Amino acid sequence: MISRRTLLKSVASSLPLGFSRQGGPSIAATANQPLIWDVHFHLSGVSGETPEERMSQLIRHADRLGVQRFILSLGVTTGVQDPTPAQVREANDQVLKALRPWPDRAFGFVYLNPNYLDFSLSEFDRCIRDGPMVGVKLWVAKRCNASELDPIVERATTMHAPILQHTWLKVGGNDAGESSPFDFVELARRHPQAALICGHTGGDWERGIRIVRSTRNISIEVAGSDPTSGFVEMAVRELGANRVIYGSDAGGRSFASQLAKVTGAEIVASARRLILGENLRRLLTPILKAKGYAV
Amino acid sequence: MIVDTNVSLSRWPFRRLSGDEPATLVARLRKNNVSQAWAGSFDGVFHKDISAANARLVKDCRAYGQGILLPFGSINPKLPDWQEDLRRCHEEHGMRGIRLHPNYHGYPLQDPVFGELLKLATGRGLVVQLALCMEDERTQHPLMRVPPVDLTTLADLVQAEPRLRLVLSNVYPQLAPAQITPLIPIRNVYFEVSMAERVGAVARLIETFTLERVLFGSHSPFFYFESALFKVKEAGLSEAQTRAVLEENAKRLVSRV
Repeated sequence: MISRRTLLKSVASSLPLGFSRQGGPSIAATANQPLIWDVHFHLSGVSGETPEERMSQLIRHADRLGVQRFILSLGVTTGVQDPTPAQVREANDQVLKALRPWPDRAFGFVYLNPNYLDFSLSEFDRCIRDGPMVGVKLWVAKRCNASELDPIVERATTMHAPILQHTWLKVGGNDAGESSPFDFVELARRHPQAALICGHTGGDWERGIRIVRSTRNISIEVAGSDPTSGFVEMAVRELGANRVIYGSDAGGRSFASQLAKVTGAEIVASARRLILGENLRRLLTPILKAKGYAV
Repeated sequence: MIVDTNVSLSRWPFRRLSGDEPATLVARLRKNNVSQAWAGSFDGVFHKDISAANARLVKDCRAYGQGILLPFGSINPKLPDWQEDLRRCHEEHGMRGIRLHPNYHGYPLQDPVFGELLKLATGRGLVVQLALCMEDERTQHPLMRVPPVDLTTLADLVQAEPRLRLVLSNVYPQLAPAQITPLIPIRNVYFEVSMAERVGAVARLIETFTLERVLFGSHSPFFYFESALFKVKEAGLSEAQTRAVLEENAKRLVSRV
Protein backbone atom coordinates (compact mmCIF):
# COMPACT_ATOMS: atom_id res chain seq x y z
CA MET A 1 0.00 0.00 0.00
CA ILE A 2 1.34 3.44 -0.93
CA SER A 3 1.23 5.88 1.96
CA ARG A 4 0.69 9.61 1.57
CA ARG A 5 4.28 10.17 2.60
CA THR A 6 5.57 7.74 -0.03
CA LEU A 7 3.41 9.35 -2.65
CA LEU A 8 4.61 12.83 -1.84
CA LYS A 9 8.16 11.60 -1.98
CA SER A 10 7.60 10.06 -5.37
CA VAL A 11 5.98 13.19 -6.79
CA ALA A 12 8.26 15.76 -5.24
CA SER A 13 11.33 13.60 -5.01
CA SER A 14 14.52 14.87 -3.39
CA LEU A 15 13.19 18.28 -2.45
CA PRO A 16 14.40 20.87 -2.85
CA LEU A 17 17.54 20.25 -4.86
CA GLY A 18 16.05 17.57 -7.06
CA PHE A 19 14.06 20.22 -8.86
CA SER A 20 16.78 20.62 -11.45
CA ARG A 21 16.00 17.30 -13.07
CA GLN A 22 14.60 18.19 -16.48
CA GLY A 23 13.80 14.71 -17.69
CA GLY A 24 10.58 12.96 -16.77
CA PRO A 25 9.94 9.87 -14.74
CA SER A 26 8.81 6.66 -16.30
CA ILE A 27 5.35 6.96 -17.80
CA ALA A 28 4.26 3.70 -16.28
CA ALA A 29 3.04 3.30 -12.74
CA THR A 30 5.53 1.52 -10.54
CA ALA A 31 5.39 0.02 -7.08
CA ASN A 32 6.27 3.40 -5.59
CA GLN A 33 4.53 5.57 -8.12
CA PRO A 34 0.79 5.33 -8.54
CA LEU A 35 -1.13 5.38 -11.76
CA ILE A 36 -1.88 9.01 -12.60
CA TRP A 37 -4.33 9.63 -15.42
CA ASP A 38 -5.60 13.14 -16.14
CA VAL A 39 -9.19 13.33 -17.43
CA HIS A 40 -9.19 17.03 -18.29
CA PHE A 41 -6.44 18.32 -20.54
CA HIS A 42 -6.34 20.96 -23.29
CA LEU A 43 -3.86 22.46 -25.71
CA SER A 44 -4.19 25.93 -24.18
CA GLY A 45 -1.86 27.76 -21.83
CA VAL A 46 1.32 27.13 -23.79
CA SER A 47 2.78 28.57 -26.95
CA GLY A 48 3.44 26.53 -30.05
CA GLU A 49 2.68 26.83 -33.73
CA THR A 50 1.14 23.39 -34.07
CA PRO A 51 -0.96 21.10 -31.87
CA GLU A 52 1.99 18.72 -31.80
CA GLU A 53 4.32 21.42 -30.44
CA ARG A 54 1.87 22.38 -27.74
CA MET A 55 1.34 18.77 -26.77
CA SER A 56 5.08 18.24 -26.40
CA GLN A 57 5.37 21.25 -24.11
CA LEU A 58 2.47 20.14 -21.95
CA ILE A 59 3.76 16.62 -21.60
CA ARG A 60 7.20 17.91 -20.64
CA HIS A 61 5.60 19.74 -17.72
CA ALA A 62 3.41 16.78 -16.80
CA ASP A 63 6.40 14.46 -16.72
CA ARG A 64 7.95 16.51 -13.95
CA LEU A 65 5.03 15.48 -11.72
CA GLY A 66 4.64 11.94 -12.94
CA VAL A 67 1.33 12.28 -14.79
CA GLN A 68 1.24 9.35 -17.16
CA ARG A 69 -1.85 9.58 -19.36
CA PHE A 70 -4.13 12.35 -20.53
CA ILE A 71 -7.57 12.88 -21.95
CA LEU A 72 -7.26 15.67 -24.47
CA SER A 73 -10.17 17.73 -25.77
CA LEU A 74 -11.24 21.06 -27.30
CA GLY A 75 -8.26 21.85 -29.53
CA VAL A 76 -6.32 25.08 -29.56
CA THR A 77 -9.15 27.54 -30.04
CA THR A 78 -11.20 27.16 -26.88
CA GLY A 79 -12.60 30.67 -26.51
CA VAL A 80 -15.72 30.35 -28.67
CA GLN A 81 -18.68 29.47 -26.49
CA ASP A 82 -21.03 28.35 -29.26
CA PRO A 83 -18.75 27.12 -32.04
CA THR A 84 -19.92 26.41 -35.57
CA PRO A 85 -19.60 22.89 -36.97
CA ALA A 86 -16.50 24.00 -38.85
CA GLN A 87 -14.92 25.27 -35.65
CA VAL A 88 -15.78 22.08 -33.77
CA ARG A 89 -14.34 19.95 -36.54
CA GLU A 90 -11.18 22.05 -36.61
CA ALA A 91 -10.79 21.65 -32.84
CA ASN A 92 -11.21 17.89 -33.08
CA ASP A 93 -8.73 17.71 -35.95
CA GLN A 94 -6.22 19.56 -33.79
CA VAL A 95 -6.73 17.02 -31.02
CA LEU A 96 -6.27 14.15 -33.47
CA LYS A 97 -3.01 15.71 -34.65
CA ALA A 98 -1.77 16.22 -31.11
CA LEU A 99 -2.60 12.63 -30.14
CA ARG A 100 -0.84 10.98 -33.05
CA PRO A 101 2.75 11.09 -31.68
CA TRP A 102 1.63 9.96 -28.23
CA PRO A 103 -0.39 6.76 -28.65
CA ASP A 104 0.82 5.42 -25.30
CA ARG A 105 0.21 8.63 -23.38
CA ALA A 106 -2.93 10.38 -24.58
CA PHE A 107 -6.51 9.67 -25.57
CA GLY A 108 -9.05 12.06 -27.05
CA PHE A 109 -12.57 13.06 -26.12
CA VAL A 110 -14.55 14.41 -29.06
CA TYR A 111 -15.82 17.97 -28.64
CA LEU A 112 -19.47 18.35 -29.67
CA ASN A 113 -21.94 21.23 -29.79
CA PRO A 114 -25.52 20.07 -29.10
CA ASN A 115 -26.85 23.17 -30.89
CA TYR A 116 -25.85 21.32 -34.07
CA LEU A 117 -27.19 17.88 -33.26
CA ASP A 118 -26.95 16.20 -36.67
CA PHE A 119 -23.42 17.44 -37.09
CA SER A 120 -22.55 16.36 -33.55
CA LEU A 121 -23.73 12.83 -34.19
CA SER A 122 -21.74 12.58 -37.40
CA GLU A 123 -18.69 14.04 -35.62
CA PHE A 124 -19.17 11.44 -32.88
CA ASP A 125 -19.08 8.73 -35.53
CA ARG A 126 -16.04 10.23 -37.25
CA CYS A 127 -13.98 10.59 -34.10
CA ILE A 128 -15.19 7.76 -31.86
CA ARG A 129 -17.01 5.07 -33.84
CA ASP A 130 -14.62 5.29 -36.78
CA GLY A 131 -11.74 7.14 -35.13
CA PRO A 132 -9.41 6.83 -32.16
CA MET A 133 -11.29 8.93 -29.59
CA VAL A 134 -12.80 7.34 -26.51
CA GLY A 135 -15.25 9.81 -24.97
CA VAL A 136 -17.21 13.04 -25.33
CA LYS A 137 -16.44 16.55 -24.07
CA LEU A 138 -19.29 19.04 -23.77
CA TRP A 139 -18.53 22.63 -22.81
CA VAL A 140 -20.70 25.75 -22.65
CA ALA A 141 -22.67 25.91 -25.90
CA LYS A 142 -25.89 24.56 -24.41
CA ARG A 143 -27.08 23.69 -20.93
CA CYS A 144 -26.90 19.95 -20.60
CA ASN A 145 -30.43 19.38 -19.33
CA ALA A 146 -31.71 20.07 -22.87
CA SER A 147 -33.34 17.21 -24.74
CA GLU A 148 -30.99 17.75 -27.67
CA LEU A 149 -28.32 16.00 -25.65
CA ASP A 150 -30.27 12.76 -25.39
CA PRO A 151 -29.23 11.27 -28.76
CA ILE A 152 -25.60 12.12 -28.01
CA VAL A 153 -25.74 10.44 -24.62
CA GLU A 154 -27.52 7.41 -26.06
CA ARG A 155 -24.86 6.98 -28.72
CA ALA A 156 -22.06 7.42 -26.20
CA THR A 157 -23.64 4.90 -23.85
CA THR A 158 -23.89 2.34 -26.64
CA MET A 159 -20.17 2.75 -27.28
CA HIS A 160 -19.26 2.82 -23.55
CA ALA A 161 -17.83 6.30 -24.10
CA PRO A 162 -17.82 8.50 -20.98
CA ILE A 163 -19.08 12.09 -21.22
CA LEU A 164 -17.20 14.91 -19.54
CA GLN A 165 -19.51 17.89 -19.08
CA HIS A 166 -18.23 21.30 -17.95
CA THR A 167 -20.24 22.55 -14.97
CA TRP A 168 -20.00 25.62 -12.77
CA LEU A 169 -21.97 27.27 -9.99
CA LYS A 170 -20.80 30.86 -10.19
CA VAL A 171 -22.08 32.96 -7.35
CA GLY A 172 -22.76 35.78 -9.81
CA GLY A 173 -24.60 33.46 -12.22
CA ASN A 174 -23.47 31.17 -15.01
CA ASP A 175 -23.11 32.18 -18.64
CA ALA A 176 -26.07 31.57 -20.96
CA GLY A 177 -25.17 28.08 -22.19
CA GLU A 178 -23.15 27.06 -19.18
CA SER A 179 -24.37 24.00 -17.27
CA SER A 180 -24.64 23.59 -13.54
CA PRO A 181 -24.47 20.28 -11.68
CA PHE A 182 -28.26 20.58 -11.32
CA ASP A 183 -28.55 20.42 -15.13
CA PHE A 184 -26.19 17.47 -15.22
CA VAL A 185 -28.25 15.56 -12.67
CA GLU A 186 -31.35 16.03 -14.86
CA LEU A 187 -29.46 14.54 -17.80
CA ALA A 188 -28.03 11.71 -15.73
CA ARG A 189 -31.43 10.68 -14.43
CA ARG A 190 -32.70 10.31 -17.99
CA HIS A 191 -29.68 8.10 -18.79
CA PRO A 192 -28.94 5.88 -15.81
CA GLN A 193 -26.60 3.64 -17.82
CA ALA A 194 -24.43 6.49 -19.07
CA ALA A 195 -20.93 7.07 -17.71
CA LEU A 196 -21.00 10.74 -16.78
CA ILE A 197 -18.27 12.96 -15.36
CA CYS A 198 -19.19 16.24 -13.70
CA GLY A 199 -16.46 18.62 -14.86
CA HIS A 200 -15.06 20.92 -12.14
CA THR A 201 -17.70 19.58 -9.69
CA GLY A 202 -19.39 22.89 -10.36
CA GLY A 203 -16.35 24.84 -9.13
CA ASP A 204 -18.18 25.53 -5.89
CA TRP A 205 -17.46 21.99 -4.79
CA GLU A 206 -19.20 22.16 -1.41
CA ARG A 207 -22.48 22.58 -3.28
CA GLY A 208 -21.54 20.57 -6.34
CA ILE A 209 -20.81 17.42 -4.36
CA ARG A 210 -24.17 17.62 -2.59
CA ILE A 211 -26.04 18.17 -5.86
CA VAL A 212 -24.71 15.01 -7.53
CA ARG A 213 -24.52 12.91 -4.37
CA SER A 214 -27.62 10.79 -4.91
CA THR A 215 -27.13 10.34 -8.67
CA ARG A 216 -24.93 7.30 -8.74
CA ASN A 217 -23.92 7.31 -12.40
CA ILE A 218 -22.21 10.68 -12.00
CA SER A 219 -18.55 10.80 -11.10
CA ILE A 220 -16.92 14.10 -10.32
CA GLU A 221 -13.58 15.44 -11.44
CA VAL A 222 -11.53 17.89 -9.46
CA ALA A 223 -10.02 20.01 -12.25
CA GLY A 224 -9.99 23.70 -12.89
CA SER A 225 -10.57 25.33 -9.55
CA ASP A 226 -8.36 26.61 -6.76
CA PRO A 227 -6.64 23.91 -4.64
CA THR A 228 -8.82 24.67 -1.66
CA SER A 229 -8.25 22.42 1.34
CA GLY A 230 -11.00 19.95 2.04
CA PHE A 231 -12.31 19.42 -1.48
CA VAL A 232 -11.20 15.85 -1.97
CA GLU A 233 -11.83 14.89 1.66
CA MET A 234 -15.47 15.96 1.33
CA ALA A 235 -15.82 14.25 -2.03
CA VAL A 236 -14.55 10.95 -0.65
CA ARG A 237 -16.72 11.27 2.45
CA GLU A 238 -19.92 12.05 0.58
CA LEU A 239 -19.55 10.18 -2.72
CA GLY A 240 -17.02 7.44 -2.02
CA ALA A 241 -13.57 7.44 -3.56
CA ASN A 242 -14.71 5.41 -6.56
CA ARG A 243 -16.70 8.40 -7.87
CA VAL A 244 -13.86 10.92 -7.73
CA ILE A 245 -11.45 11.44 -10.65
CA TYR A 246 -8.29 13.51 -10.95
CA GLY A 247 -8.11 16.06 -13.75
CA SER A 248 -6.11 19.23 -14.19
CA ASP A 249 -7.65 21.49 -16.87
CA ALA A 250 -4.07 22.10 -17.98
CA GLY A 251 -2.70 24.13 -19.67
CA GLY A 252 -5.05 26.82 -18.32
CA ARG A 253 -4.39 25.41 -14.86
CA SER A 254 -1.22 23.79 -13.62
CA PHE A 255 -0.89 20.07 -13.09
CA ALA A 256 0.59 21.04 -9.74
CA SER A 257 -2.36 22.76 -8.12
CA GLN A 258 -4.84 20.13 -9.20
CA LEU A 259 -2.66 17.16 -8.31
CA ALA A 260 -2.14 18.70 -4.88
CA LYS A 261 -5.86 18.41 -4.18
CA VAL A 262 -5.44 14.64 -4.22
CA THR A 263 -1.93 14.19 -2.89
CA GLY A 264 -2.49 16.75 -0.13
CA ALA A 265 -5.84 15.36 0.96
CA GLU A 266 -6.13 13.46 4.21
CA ILE A 267 -7.57 10.27 2.77
CA VAL A 268 -6.49 6.67 2.85
CA ALA A 269 -3.94 5.43 0.34
CA SER A 270 -6.39 3.19 -1.46
CA ALA A 271 -8.74 6.13 -2.05
CA ARG A 272 -5.88 8.22 -3.39
CA ARG A 273 -4.95 5.53 -5.89
CA LEU A 274 -8.51 5.30 -7.14
CA ILE A 275 -8.76 9.05 -7.65
CA LEU A 276 -5.38 9.54 -9.28
CA GLY A 277 -5.88 6.97 -11.98
CA GLU A 278 -7.66 3.74 -11.24
CA ASN A 279 -11.19 5.14 -11.48
CA LEU A 280 -10.57 6.66 -14.89
CA ARG A 281 -8.90 3.54 -16.15
CA ARG A 282 -11.88 1.49 -14.96
CA LEU A 283 -14.32 3.87 -16.64
CA LEU A 284 -12.42 3.74 -19.92
CA THR A 285 -11.54 0.06 -19.95
CA PRO A 286 -14.57 -1.14 -21.98
CA ILE A 287 -14.02 1.30 -24.83
CA LEU A 288 -10.25 1.02 -24.72
CA LYS A 289 -10.48 -2.74 -25.01
CA ALA A 290 -13.06 -2.48 -27.77
CA LYS A 291 -10.69 -0.27 -29.71
CA GLY A 292 -7.70 -2.50 -29.07
CA TYR A 293 -5.77 -0.13 -26.81
CA ALA A 294 -3.50 -1.61 -24.16
CA VAL A 295 -5.08 -0.97 -20.76
CA MET B 1 14.91 24.49 3.26
CA ILE B 2 11.88 26.57 2.41
CA VAL B 3 10.56 29.99 3.43
CA ASP B 4 6.79 30.05 3.04
CA THR B 5 5.76 33.69 2.78
CA ASN B 6 2.03 33.07 2.94
CA VAL B 7 0.40 31.13 5.74
CA SER B 8 -2.46 32.17 8.02
CA LEU B 9 -3.44 31.24 11.56
CA SER B 10 -6.85 31.04 13.24
CA ARG B 11 -10.16 30.23 11.54
CA TRP B 12 -11.56 30.92 8.09
CA PRO B 13 -15.20 31.83 8.84
CA PHE B 14 -16.83 29.76 6.10
CA ARG B 15 -15.04 26.44 6.36
CA ARG B 16 -12.93 24.45 8.81
CA LEU B 17 -9.53 23.81 7.30
CA SER B 18 -7.12 21.03 8.01
CA GLY B 19 -4.31 23.00 9.62
CA ASP B 20 -6.36 25.76 11.19
CA GLU B 21 -5.00 24.55 14.52
CA PRO B 22 -1.53 26.11 14.72
CA ALA B 23 0.17 22.97 15.98
CA THR B 24 -1.15 21.01 13.00
CA LEU B 25 -0.06 23.68 10.57
CA VAL B 26 3.42 23.88 12.04
CA ALA B 27 3.82 20.11 11.95
CA ARG B 28 2.88 20.11 8.28
CA LEU B 29 5.25 22.95 7.47
CA ARG B 30 8.13 21.26 9.27
CA LYS B 31 7.44 17.96 7.53
CA ASN B 32 7.79 19.82 4.24
CA ASN B 33 11.14 21.38 5.15
CA VAL B 34 9.77 24.83 5.86
CA SER B 35 12.27 26.65 8.06
CA GLN B 36 10.39 29.94 8.20
CA ALA B 37 6.77 30.88 7.53
CA TRP B 38 5.38 34.40 7.38
CA ALA B 39 2.14 34.06 9.29
CA GLY B 40 -0.84 36.34 9.00
CA SER B 41 -4.20 35.78 10.60
CA PHE B 42 -7.67 35.14 9.23
CA ASP B 43 -8.88 37.18 12.20
CA GLY B 44 -6.95 40.10 10.77
CA VAL B 45 -9.14 39.93 7.68
CA PHE B 46 -12.45 40.01 9.50
CA HIS B 47 -12.13 41.33 13.04
CA LYS B 48 -12.58 44.97 14.06
CA ASP B 49 -10.50 44.49 17.21
CA ILE B 50 -7.45 43.97 15.09
CA SER B 51 -5.11 44.85 17.96
CA ALA B 52 -6.28 41.73 19.77
CA ALA B 53 -6.02 39.68 16.59
CA ASN B 54 -2.40 40.75 16.16
CA ALA B 55 -1.59 40.05 19.80
CA ARG B 56 -3.09 36.55 19.50
CA LEU B 57 -1.09 35.98 16.34
CA VAL B 58 2.13 36.80 18.16
CA LYS B 59 1.18 34.62 21.09
CA ASP B 60 0.32 31.65 18.87
CA CYS B 61 3.49 32.03 16.83
CA ARG B 62 5.49 31.87 20.06
CA ALA B 63 3.46 29.04 21.60
CA TYR B 64 3.25 26.76 18.59
CA GLY B 65 5.74 28.05 16.05
CA GLN B 66 8.82 26.08 17.18
CA GLY B 67 10.82 29.00 15.91
CA ILE B 68 9.56 28.95 12.34
CA LEU B 69 6.50 31.24 12.44
CA LEU B 70 7.18 34.91 11.78
CA PRO B 71 4.09 36.98 12.63
CA PHE B 72 2.90 39.52 10.07
CA GLY B 73 0.22 41.65 11.68
CA SER B 74 -2.81 42.97 9.87
CA ILE B 75 -3.41 46.67 9.55
CA ASN B 76 -6.79 48.10 8.61
CA PRO B 77 -6.33 51.78 7.85
CA LYS B 78 -10.06 52.38 7.89
CA LEU B 79 -10.19 51.63 11.61
CA PRO B 80 -9.82 54.56 14.03
CA ASP B 81 -6.27 55.04 15.29
CA TRP B 82 -4.82 52.39 12.98
CA GLN B 83 -1.45 54.09 13.32
CA GLU B 84 -1.28 52.72 16.87
CA ASP B 85 -1.76 49.18 15.50
CA LEU B 86 1.16 49.77 13.17
CA ARG B 87 3.29 51.06 16.03
CA ARG B 88 2.46 48.04 18.18
CA CYS B 89 3.25 45.62 15.35
CA HIS B 90 6.67 47.18 14.97
CA GLU B 91 7.67 48.35 18.43
CA GLU B 92 5.87 45.98 20.81
CA HIS B 93 5.64 42.80 18.75
CA GLY B 94 8.89 43.26 16.84
CA MET B 95 7.28 42.23 13.57
CA ARG B 96 9.23 42.25 10.32
CA GLY B 97 6.20 42.98 8.18
CA ILE B 98 2.48 43.57 7.90
CA ARG B 99 -0.29 42.12 5.76
CA LEU B 100 -2.98 44.22 4.09
CA HIS B 101 -6.44 43.24 2.82
CA PRO B 102 -7.80 46.38 1.13
CA ASN B 103 -10.76 44.59 -0.44
CA TYR B 104 -11.97 43.09 2.86
CA HIS B 105 -11.21 46.29 4.75
CA GLY B 106 -13.12 48.40 2.28
CA TYR B 107 -10.78 50.85 0.61
CA PRO B 108 -9.44 51.26 -2.91
CA LEU B 109 -5.72 51.79 -3.41
CA GLN B 110 -6.52 55.30 -4.59
CA ASP B 111 -7.63 56.16 -1.04
CA PRO B 112 -5.03 58.56 0.40
CA VAL B 113 -4.91 56.50 3.58
CA PHE B 114 -3.29 53.65 1.66
CA GLY B 115 -0.46 55.91 0.53
CA GLU B 116 -0.06 57.13 4.09
CA LEU B 117 0.11 53.56 5.37
CA LEU B 118 2.76 52.61 2.80
CA LYS B 119 4.79 55.67 3.82
CA LEU B 120 4.63 54.89 7.54
CA ALA B 121 5.40 51.19 7.03
CA THR B 122 8.35 52.08 4.84
CA GLY B 123 9.59 54.49 7.45
CA ARG B 124 9.59 51.66 9.97
CA GLY B 125 11.33 49.32 7.53
CA LEU B 126 8.47 46.84 7.46
CA VAL B 127 7.84 44.47 4.57
CA VAL B 128 4.31 45.07 3.27
CA GLN B 129 2.28 42.14 1.99
CA LEU B 130 -0.71 43.05 -0.12
CA ALA B 131 -3.16 40.15 -0.46
CA LEU B 132 -5.08 40.64 -3.69
CA CYS B 133 -7.83 38.25 -2.65
CA MET B 134 -8.40 35.27 -0.38
CA GLU B 135 -10.40 32.96 -2.65
CA ASP B 136 -11.88 32.64 -6.13
CA GLU B 137 -14.46 35.37 -6.47
CA ARG B 138 -16.82 32.97 -8.25
CA THR B 139 -17.11 30.63 -5.28
CA GLN B 140 -17.53 33.09 -2.44
CA HIS B 141 -20.38 32.97 0.04
CA PRO B 142 -23.36 34.68 -1.61
CA LEU B 143 -23.78 37.05 1.33
CA MET B 144 -20.14 38.05 1.36
CA ARG B 145 -18.89 38.73 -2.13
CA VAL B 146 -15.60 40.60 -2.09
CA PRO B 147 -13.98 41.54 -5.41
CA PRO B 148 -10.19 41.32 -5.62
CA VAL B 149 -8.02 44.37 -5.08
CA ASP B 150 -7.89 46.73 -8.07
CA LEU B 151 -4.21 47.46 -8.72
CA THR B 152 -4.79 50.54 -10.85
CA THR B 153 -2.57 53.36 -9.51
CA LEU B 154 -0.42 51.01 -7.45
CA ALA B 155 2.61 51.52 -9.68
CA ASP B 156 2.58 55.27 -9.07
CA LEU B 157 2.31 54.79 -5.31
CA VAL B 158 5.16 52.31 -5.17
CA GLN B 159 7.41 54.47 -7.29
CA ALA B 160 6.82 57.27 -4.80
CA GLU B 161 8.25 55.03 -2.05
CA PRO B 162 11.49 53.60 -3.45
CA ARG B 163 12.52 52.10 -0.10
CA LEU B 164 9.24 50.17 0.22
CA ARG B 165 9.38 46.39 -0.10
CA LEU B 166 5.97 45.33 -1.37
CA VAL B 167 4.97 41.68 -1.76
CA LEU B 168 1.89 40.92 -3.83
CA SER B 169 0.37 37.71 -2.55
CA ASN B 170 -2.56 35.68 -3.84
CA VAL B 171 -2.00 37.00 -7.35
CA TYR B 172 -5.06 35.28 -8.76
CA PRO B 173 -5.01 33.77 -12.25
CA GLN B 174 -7.83 35.90 -13.65
CA LEU B 175 -5.93 39.14 -12.94
CA ALA B 176 -5.96 41.25 -16.10
CA PRO B 177 -2.52 41.84 -17.64
CA ALA B 178 -3.24 45.58 -17.72
CA GLN B 179 -3.31 45.53 -13.92
CA ILE B 180 0.03 43.83 -13.49
CA THR B 181 2.04 45.13 -16.46
CA PRO B 182 2.86 48.55 -14.94
CA LEU B 183 4.43 46.75 -11.98
CA ILE B 184 6.85 44.66 -14.03
CA PRO B 185 9.69 47.22 -14.16
CA ILE B 186 9.40 48.28 -10.50
CA ARG B 187 12.19 46.52 -8.67
CA ASN B 188 10.79 46.76 -5.14
CA VAL B 189 7.61 44.80 -5.95
CA TYR B 190 7.72 41.04 -5.30
CA PHE B 191 5.36 38.28 -6.35
CA GLU B 192 4.27 35.24 -4.37
CA VAL B 193 3.37 32.03 -6.24
CA SER B 194 0.43 30.43 -4.42
CA MET B 195 -2.26 31.43 -6.92
CA ALA B 196 -0.12 31.45 -10.06
CA GLU B 197 -1.70 29.19 -12.66
CA ARG B 198 -1.17 27.72 -16.16
CA VAL B 199 1.42 25.04 -16.71
CA GLY B 200 4.89 26.10 -15.70
CA ALA B 201 3.51 29.19 -13.98
CA VAL B 202 6.50 29.81 -11.73
CA ALA B 203 8.87 29.81 -14.69
CA ARG B 204 6.63 32.39 -16.37
CA LEU B 205 6.72 34.56 -13.26
CA ILE B 206 10.49 34.45 -13.28
CA GLU B 207 10.60 35.33 -16.97
CA THR B 208 8.29 38.26 -16.40
CA PHE B 209 9.43 39.68 -13.08
CA THR B 210 13.03 38.35 -12.78
CA LEU B 211 14.19 35.59 -10.49
CA GLU B 212 14.94 37.63 -7.38
CA ARG B 213 11.39 38.99 -7.19
CA VAL B 214 9.53 35.64 -7.05
CA LEU B 215 8.76 34.24 -3.61
CA PHE B 216 7.42 30.88 -2.49
CA GLY B 217 4.08 31.00 -0.69
CA SER B 218 1.50 28.30 -0.09
CA HIS B 219 -1.60 30.19 1.11
CA SER B 220 -2.04 27.32 3.52
CA PRO B 221 -4.02 26.13 5.28
CA PHE B 222 -6.60 27.65 2.91
CA PHE B 223 -4.88 25.84 0.03
CA TYR B 224 -3.28 22.45 0.12
CA PHE B 225 0.39 23.17 0.89
CA GLU B 226 1.53 20.76 -1.82
CA SER B 227 0.10 22.97 -4.56
CA ALA B 228 2.82 25.61 -4.34
CA LEU B 229 5.50 22.99 -3.85
CA PHE B 230 4.48 21.12 -7.00
CA LYS B 231 4.30 24.38 -8.95
CA VAL B 232 8.00 24.89 -8.32
CA LYS B 233 8.72 21.34 -9.41
CA GLU B 234 6.53 21.66 -12.49
CA ALA B 235 8.44 24.77 -13.60
CA GLY B 236 11.61 22.77 -14.26
CA LEU B 237 13.91 25.30 -12.62
CA SER B 238 17.64 24.96 -12.14
CA GLU B 239 18.99 24.27 -8.65
CA ALA B 240 20.01 27.91 -8.25
CA GLN B 241 16.60 29.16 -9.36
CA THR B 242 14.87 26.71 -7.07
CA ARG B 243 16.88 27.79 -4.04
CA ALA B 244 16.18 31.44 -4.85
CA VAL B 245 12.44 30.96 -5.09
CA LEU B 246 12.06 28.55 -2.20
CA GLU B 247 14.29 30.30 0.28
CA GLU B 248 16.89 32.89 -0.63
CA ASN B 249 14.71 35.64 -2.06
CA ALA B 250 12.45 35.74 0.97
CA LYS B 251 15.32 35.53 3.45
CA ARG B 252 17.09 38.38 1.75
CA LEU B 253 13.94 40.47 1.77
CA VAL B 254 13.16 40.01 5.43
CA SER B 255 16.78 40.27 6.57
CA ARG B 256 16.89 43.83 5.30
CA VAL B 257 14.27 44.85 7.84
